[in-house]
Amino acid sequence: MESDKQASQEGGKRQRVQANMVKVFIMGKPHVVPEHATIMRAIEHAGHQIIRGAGCREGFCGACATIYRLPGDFKLYTGLACTTLVKEGMSLTMIPSVPMEKTVYDLEKLKPNVNTILEVYPVTFRCVACGTCTKACPQKLPVMDYIQAAMRGDIAAVADMSFDCVACGLCALRCPAELIQHEVGILCKRLTGRYLRKESKELDDRLTEVRSRQYDAEYAELMEMDTSVLSKLYYGRDIEP
Amino acid sequence: MYPDYLAETLKAVERTRPARLELAMSGQPVYPPMNADERKDVLSKYHPDFAAGAKRPVRVGPNRGEDITTEVADMLEAHSMIEPKLMDIHLREPDYETDLLIIGGGGAGCWASIMAMRNGVKSLIATKLRMGDANTMMSEGGMQAAVSKTDSPTRHYLDAIGGGHFENIPELVRVLTEDAPDVVRDLENLGVIWDKMDDGAMQVLHGGGTSRKRMVSCRDLIGATIMRTLMDEVKNHPDMISVREFEPAVELILDENGHCAGAVLYSLDTEQFLTVKAKSTIITTGGFGRLHIRGFATTNHYGATGDGLVIGYRAGAQLKFMDSVQYHPTGAVFPEQIAGFLITEKIRGAGGQPLNKFGELFVFPREPRDIESAAIIRECSADRNNGVDTFVGRTGVWLDSPLIDMIHGDGYTRHQFPGMCRQFDRFGIDIVKQPMLVYPSLHYQNGGIGINERCETNIPGLYVAGEASGGVHGRNRLMGNSVLDYNVFGRRAGQYASEYAKSAKIVGKLNVDHVAAHAAELERENITTDLVSPLILPSYTPDDVKIQQMARLGNIPARHSMLRSRLASS
Ligand SMILES: Cc1cc2nc3c(=O)[nH]c(=O)nc-3n(C[C@H](O)[C@H](O)[C@H](O)COP(=O)(O)OP(=O)(O)OC[C@H]3O[C@@H](n4cnc5c(N)ncnc54)[C@H](O)[C@@H]3O)c2cc1C
Ligand code: FES
Repeated sequence: MESDKQASQEGGKRQRVQANMVKVFIMGKPHVVPEHATIMRAIEHAGHQIIRGAGCREGFCGACATIYRLPGDFKLYTGLACTTLVKEGMSLTMIPSVPMEKTVYDLEKLKPNVNTILEVYPVTFRCVACGTCTKACPQKLPVMDYIQAAMRGDIAAVADMSFDCVACGLCALRCPAELIQHEVGILCKRLTGRYLRKESKELDDRLTEVRSRQYDAEYAELMEMDTSVLSKLYYGRDIEP
Repeated sequence: MYPDYLAETLKAVERTRPARLELAMSGQPVYPPMNADERKDVLSKYHPDFAAGAKRPVRVGPNRGEDITTEVADMLEAHSMIEPKLMDIHLREPDYETDLLIIGGGGAGCWASIMAMRNGVKSLIATKLRMGDANTMMSEGGMQAAVSKTDSPTRHYLDAIGGGHFENIPELVRVLTEDAPDVVRDLENLGVIWDKMDDGAMQVLHGGGTSRKRMVSCRDLIGATIMRTLMDEVKNHPDMISVREFEPAVELILDENGHCAGAVLYSLDTEQFLTVKAKSTIITTGGFGRLHIRGFATTNHYGATGDGLVIGYRAGAQLKFMDSVQYHPTGAVFPEQIAGFLITEKIRGAGGQPLNKFGELFVFPREPRDIESAAIIRECSADRNNGVDTFVGRTGVWLDSPLIDMIHGDGYTRHQFPGMCRQFDRFGIDIVKQPMLVYPSLHYQNGGIGINERCETNIPGLYVAGEASGGVHGRNRLMGNSVLDYNVFGRRAGQYASEYAKSAKIVGKLNVDHVAAHAAELERENITTDLVSPLILPSYTPDDVKIQQMARLGNIPARHSMLRSRLASS
């Protein structure tokens, strides 16, 4: 790919390599792109400057929801453009934005139970357990299972199962019952962190120490220290195994 | 799946593993950490910052004459996107008015808006891509916070300042380390799920350069967890916080007293230039990985092009420590599709070891990042030639992850590193059983716009927080201290900038005279360049296509023309 052109030893690149090419259809138009390209790189290789549809480029942000088909296969596939590789004959389109409404709520007024789901995202209860969301998830999360957990009010289970959600919205776009699964996931994660956590006594103690300005003297001493003294202290400090 | 040609070196890793495991379990350092002289030696010979041409004196602006990373200096000496004369009407009649303008919707930006809201001040977040399309979303490993019994904020201070080679600004390190426990609690109250021990104590791990276990985490997705929490909270207050997506700032606006009074935004959808009038402004635009300094691949998000530095500098803000760049020791090398992607340092924190092609340790696994990176570059350099070469033209060293389950018990890796496992599972590599191939990757902007502990800059009304700021980390940031940085200073910027906005008065006409002054300075210095900055987005268009796109006459601000940078892509 283009990056291989500036072979720089320091940058960890050793030689220039020629890639094998495959033909893909980007929004219906055929292009020849390197075989080891991700969908995102293929689109760029064809000359597009992506504006909507790229964020992290590494599979964290969910900006790059993509749908595609493969030759001789009836299925409509879903994936993240930044982590899905092209295949010969792939026909693809990125989805620039996923329309949906996030409910505005006050976390401090909610409880971690099924009533909150009913109140904040009532549409959740339209779920028909068809499993389309799970099939659509590029992260391979058990989306339907966590929606079922939400309907039971098992908030912590939702948080656990939806932990790796990138909120690309593909589940919601495919859902025949028009749920917004990933927003339910975020709500349940926040409820879990806020209400279902175990309290840390150590943290409480540390906060008390800091708030009572217990470290002022030590800080003052360190901040005034000459670099040579500070350096000695640093290199001589003990390291917890 | 690893190709056959790597089988032999993979076997070497397996062969040396039992002895290395035994050593790791003994509690002794698995390799002697470097002393000060050894550190200096490896840095000066192998760290990319010290290579010929890595930095040069900048010829314009407040830091004129000082050495700055070459690619950054090029951006500072580039043309503005706007023609000041044509902005007049919109300066008289701004498109948006707000108390507080926040430029950049990452972690620091979201925090600033939340703090302003708590302080009763309305804000507008203008961001380049979507909210949360940011480096904050991507952090994996964790955040440093002295929360355990054996630790203390002052110990954290010592580690941070030693890691930064004693150049960090003490006042900034103090608030960084002292605010940390409160940040942990504040985030928890907003709904962040921390990794905890059975008794509720925060789970803590080591990171490079820590003397106590201090890394708190959310599995290996701390970034996504915090970012999505903050974004959700921002969206819960539409009456107090408005958001403009795909509208990056391309210049600041000043008033007649030279105080910051807003910014010019550029709509990526419609190519309009829009003006925002604000009583105070915070730059939270993050880092610069997408400048691909020295041709390195990067871990950073698509919009990390150092825009905040450029617009702040043109308006007169001082930069600090802009001659140093952080390369993360462990970027992925294989497979090619994920080259440059981050392999979290937590892997080494949990016991993973870097190994050369003979399966030998050659460096203590938890040196500060610049040292660890330089040591890996040395191992792969022609001087040693102990790197593992791939057939697509990269080199790297092994990162032995299978040790982790052997140390912590079966299932640990899959539970603690789901993101990492998924990344490699896609390509048929099970990191529980096989090591990863890694090489340093361009990761973090150590320096930035100079701030004090109230996030104030030398321009009244202009605040900076997060990766865009300079001074907190000196010339080397430790793992976990930048997640902490954007939390601590994002909160502070929101607090102090909203306080300022309550009493600030904008005097006289809004203007962008500094942009015209910059153009005059370029001319005076005989600088000829066809670069336009801020860069906004990098271009990954192949050169042959680019040449055909550039046939357009002149530098007309037509669709994406400014994006077709000449900068080499990676
Ligand atoms: C892959 C990865 C892993 C990391 N892991 C860790 C870790 O484990 N621990 C740790 O401490 N640190 C880690 N870091 C570093 C840390 O995540 C970042 O330094 C930190 O999140 C920066 O936060 P920020 O708010 O300053 O910037 P960002 O989160 O990058 O936000 C900046 C925002 O500003 C926007 N923007 C940019 N230019 C403009 C413009 N002109 N106008 C308007 N908006 C603009 C961007 O699009 C973005 O939304 C990691 C970084 C990366 C990339
Ligand atoms: S660009 Fe972020 S997930 Fe693909």
